[in-house]
Amino acid sequence: MTATPARIECTINGEPRALEGHPMSRLLDALRAAGLTGTKEGCGEGECGACAVLLDGTLVNSCLTPLAHASRAAITTIEGLAIREQLHAVQQSFLECGGAQCGICTPGMVLAAVDLLRRVPNPTEDDVRAGLAGNLCRCTGYMRIFAAVLDACRRMPATNAER
Amino acid sequence: MIPVLDGFDLIAPASLDEALRILASDRDARPFAGGTDLMVVLEAGHLPPGRYVSLWAIRELHGIARDDRGGLVLNALTSFSEIRESPLVADAFPMLALAAREIGGIATQNRATIGGNIANASPAADSPPALLAYDAEIELLSIRGRRRMPYGDFHTGYKKMRLEPGEIVARVVLPSRQVGWRDGYRKVGTRRAQAISKVCLAASVLMDGDDVADVRLALGSIAPTVVRCRAAEDAVRRRTLSEEVIANATRAVLTDIAPIDDIRSTAQYRSAVAQNLVAAFLRDSL
Repeated sequence: MTATPARIECTINGEPRALEGHPMSRLLDALRAAGLTGTKEGCGEGECGACAVLLDGTLVNSCLTPLAHASRAAITTIEGLAIREQLHAVQQSFLECGGAQCGICTPGMVLAAVDLLRRVPNPTEDDVRAGLAGNLCRCTGYMRIFAAVLDACRRMPATNAER
Repeated sequence: MIPVLDGFDLIAPASLDEALRILASDRDARPFAGGTDLMVVLEAGHLPPGRYVSLWAIRELHGIARDDRGGLVLNALTSFSEIRESPLVADAFPMLALAAREIGGIATQNRATIGGNIANASPAADSPPALLAYDAEIELLSIRGRRRMPYGDFHTGYKKMRLEPGEIVARVVLPSRQVGWRDGYRKVGTRRAQAISKVCLAASVLMDGDDVADVRLALGSIAPTVVRCRAAEDAVRRRTLSEEVIANATRAVLTDIAPIDDIRSTAQYRSAVAQNLVAAFLRDSL
């Protein structure tokens, strides 16, 4: 049996797109090949969360998502959060609270935080820790990241949470 | 690393019938659920080539419902996020909700499924001990029909299970229980979050005054399969609970388990922790 090269249709950051690749290849690689290099590869085995994206509104690790599972899906990557120069509240808080250092974990961390604030609009610090438990950071020691997420929910009008 | 995918295919049939027909006609075809285990194995270069049949898009394999006998039916593609958030699960089978919360992070829980956790057949899986403690049954499905068996009979050895060619794990059934059981679930790993278990205990006890009317003790990561600790259960069932009875049960745990040294822990540590978890659980009923 030979591999079936394929092409899937999906929506990325609100725009209809086609992604090329084997149906069992990683969504991560297809996104990066399409120029969306904000999505990072960390461990490549679902442990670190650096490659997290939103797939039909739910957080997934794109290294464990076969391209076939992204067919006809709406994908949000880190590139899709800001509206032109206007950063998402979570991004602004990461900036102001020192939530980002080397930056490799940041896209996944920010998307996990956005996902958390959609599910739990007023999280406790424990909620934040649980919500980000799948994202590893080797720089910050996490405290400034947790502070950034709590800061973001203060900054965020309820409607912004939908973004 | 990007694996070479020659010889692999992943198809996503739209209907259950079509998926079962493909699995019946191609002996090498294998079911594929959320991908959180198989994609890791693929990435590591250990996944056998062949045709994989994604069940993800098949609606009737998702969801949680009450059955007509007061139990709960979890369809196989139900994600651990759905299980984590389900009031039905939290009310009647809280250990399963706790287990769901401990399976990787949110991104993993969103895609990892109860059926995948069973069919991946890892002795270190987090939901199976709870399924054993709740006397779960599983329903297997193929083009030939459905059959049901106690979940405790399903795994026969390391990564071995009673799944016939062409068959999928379709449902998990949790039978209703009388009120009064006390549950305890405890996973011990390297860190609180996102770690694979070194030892995992799911336990339930039904007390009648100071006597143990009935008990379930199930452990993960301490044998080639998850195990019901029947010797330890027998040491406490229908006895008046005391430190001495607990000590007997704790000793009996060693005859129920067969831990090994591996990358995550040692046999000695696993034995000690398994015994401590059982003793701590039972002591809460003293």
